[in-house]
Amino acid sequence: MALYLGIALAGIAVAAAASLAIGSEPISPDLVLHAVRGGEALPGSPEAHAHAVVIDQRLPRTILGIAAGAALGLAGALMQALTRNPLADPGLLGINAGATFAVVLSITYLGVGSPAGYVWFALPGALLGALVVYSIGAAGRDGPTPVRLALSGIAVSAVLIGLTSGLLLSDIDTFDGYRVWTVGALAGRRLTGFGPAFALVAAGSVVALALGRSLNVIGMGEDQARSLGVNVARTRLLSVAAVTLLCGATTAMAGPIGFVGLMVPHLARAITGHDQRWALPFSGVFGVILVLASDIIGRVVAHPTELQLGLVTAFVGGPVLVGLARSTKLNLR
Amino acid sequence: MRSMLDEPRAFRIQPARLSVRFTPRAVLAVVAMIVVGTVVGVWTLSTGRAGIPASEVIEALLGGGSDRNRMIVVDWRLPRLLLAVLLGGALGVSGAVFQSLSRNPLGSPDIIGFTTGAATGALFVILVRSGSGTDVAVGAVIGGFVSAVLVYALAYRRGLATYRLVLVGVALSAMFVSVNEWLILQAELDDAAMAHVWQLGNLNSLGWTEVHIVSITLAVLVPAAIWLNRPMQMMEMGDDTARSLGIPVERMRIGLILVGIGLVAVATAIAGPIAFVALAAPQLAHRLTRTPGLSVGPAAAMGAVLLVVSDAAAQRFTETQMPVGVITVSIGGIYLVWLLFSEKRRST
Repeated sequence: MALYLGIALAGIAVAAAASLAIGSEPISPDLVLHAVRGGEALPGSPEAHAHAVVIDQRLPRTILGIAAGAALGLAGALMQALTRNPLADPGLLGINAGATFAVVLSITYLGVGSPAGYVWFALPGALLGALVVYSIGAAGRDGPTPVRLALSGIAVSAVLIGLTSGLLLSDIDTFDGYRVWTVGALAGRRLTGFGPAFALVAAGSVVALALGRSLNVIGMGEDQARSLGVNVARTRLLSVAAVTLLCGATTAMAGPIGFVGLMVPHLARAITGHDQRWALPFSGVFGVILVLASDIIGRVVAHPTELQLGLVTAFVGGPVLVGLARSTKLNLR
Repeated sequence: MRSMLDEPRAFRIQPARLSVRFTPRAVLAVVAMIVVGTVVGVWTLSTGRAGIPASEVIEALLGGGSDRNRMIVVDWRLPRLLLAVLLGGALGVSGAVFQSLSRNPLGSPDIIGFTTGAATGALFVILVRSGSGTDVAVGAVIGGFVSAVLVYALAYRRGLATYRLVLVGVALSAMFVSVNEWLILQAELDDAAMAHVWQLGNLNSLGWTEVHIVSITLAVLVPAAIWLNRPMQMMEMGDDTARSLGIPVERMRIGLILVGIGLVAVATAIAGPIAFVALAAPQLAHRLTRTPGLSVGPAAAMGAVLLVVSDAAAQRFTETQMPVGVITVSIGGIYLVWLLFSEKRRST
């Protein structure tokens, strides 16, 4: 298993290198290397241009992609393990919509203007979104079945998106900023001020990875877990906290991005089985690869414009969800 | 040999299928909704930038009164009110049909993707072909229809299990949403803002032409919905039960889906995707009438009342004539919270 994880980590390196080298503007590998090594460049020279593209544009979005991918992959795996719901995803279960709504509130009423400031609103928004969706989905006789949760997530998201849209009507400048942010994109973000968000993602990741063993035991049944000395309530609480940190920070940085958290854990479990101690790290790693690859696809496919990351992941993930819905192995009712 | 046991059963079902059962409570509820709708409706007709007393409003509606009053009431304000009634009713029925099909109070057309598909069609027309008016309506209908066919085809696998319909709808809906966002992002800011307003659902600047279009379409769809109401209620008890009662389940389901989509497509084509009327109206009506299953009549009345009241609030309580969709979405939020608490109480 460790060997596979090593291979997957090498995959990240390849994806990151590709993310630096490939883009809507062709730049030769020599120039990319030159720029990455920090070679000298005269103003106006091809080297200077390469530096501007690679270091100022592609490097930030690659770093952001790594953080967002790891966060979304881990959050998805954690949610699926905790709720035993193969369809759990921050986009489907209202977390992204909650964070988005809170961010737009902060822009409209408090004049918050940077992703660094968004973070502190995205976190409570993400948490509230998740709790409301789960409560509505869990109400009623059948309890929180995957379908009920998915419907509840879509319904709550629709309310939040509608209210967000209403808030945006009065101010066309805020709307202009919003429409760029809400597609979920890595491009055009400057990394200055992202420190707190990165720290939150790191903290969330550490918590998530540490929960693997407890989640394994809880997966066997709550009574079993209690008798084995696992604190079920604490594990739940920590999981929710980690998901909130990961998703809130990611949404603040890159906008709402769906389906990564849905797809990646299925891929990871195909390799690791249901051992969460391995499924979690694999999900994080695959999340990074998926996000970087999707971002690269978005740069190349619609040349000369770009498709934003959120759009690409929706078009990769939508069919995956259809496939899961059609699968006969899962019990989704 | 005909068994004696078959005979009475056949007799019992035939009249039941033909008669429509009204409980006193259901009748009372529908009457109450009509009263509320009428009062708020007359109030909308009489208020606004030019205040006209209710007595003069009624006079103008009957063809009397001054020319000025007739112009304001009949030419300007009445079509908008009628559209709120007609489209609200259409959305209510559509929601009842889809919730009944999916056997889930959250399974309305705006939740499972048809409305988003319609929006994609319309946005494409507005932003890419810079069309307006009829073109937008055609785009919305085509978009809604394409998304419905896709959802149905992808969810079909030896029959149409409900959970699959819902999940495929959710998946396609997410894809259409991202296309919508992308289209809005590609457009010039002014066009994008216009499309954004359309996307919320809006009854501003609609007139008698739209009333005529909607009336003609509903004249076909509403009788179909009433005819399908009874099989729909039986199918709610389960496909096997319905089949054993002699209902051709698959065919009825296709009929219901077509009617449901047709109704929501008309509303979306004329006014944009007005959210949550289809979601909330059937359930609110259901709780109010306390009938055993969902029923199209009360759902239509509740949908009409919801949209009339929402549009009155959008016109009169906001400074800038908010799109009615902003109001209905807020109602949707309140409704979800209420649903949450009432379900909690019932389950414990």
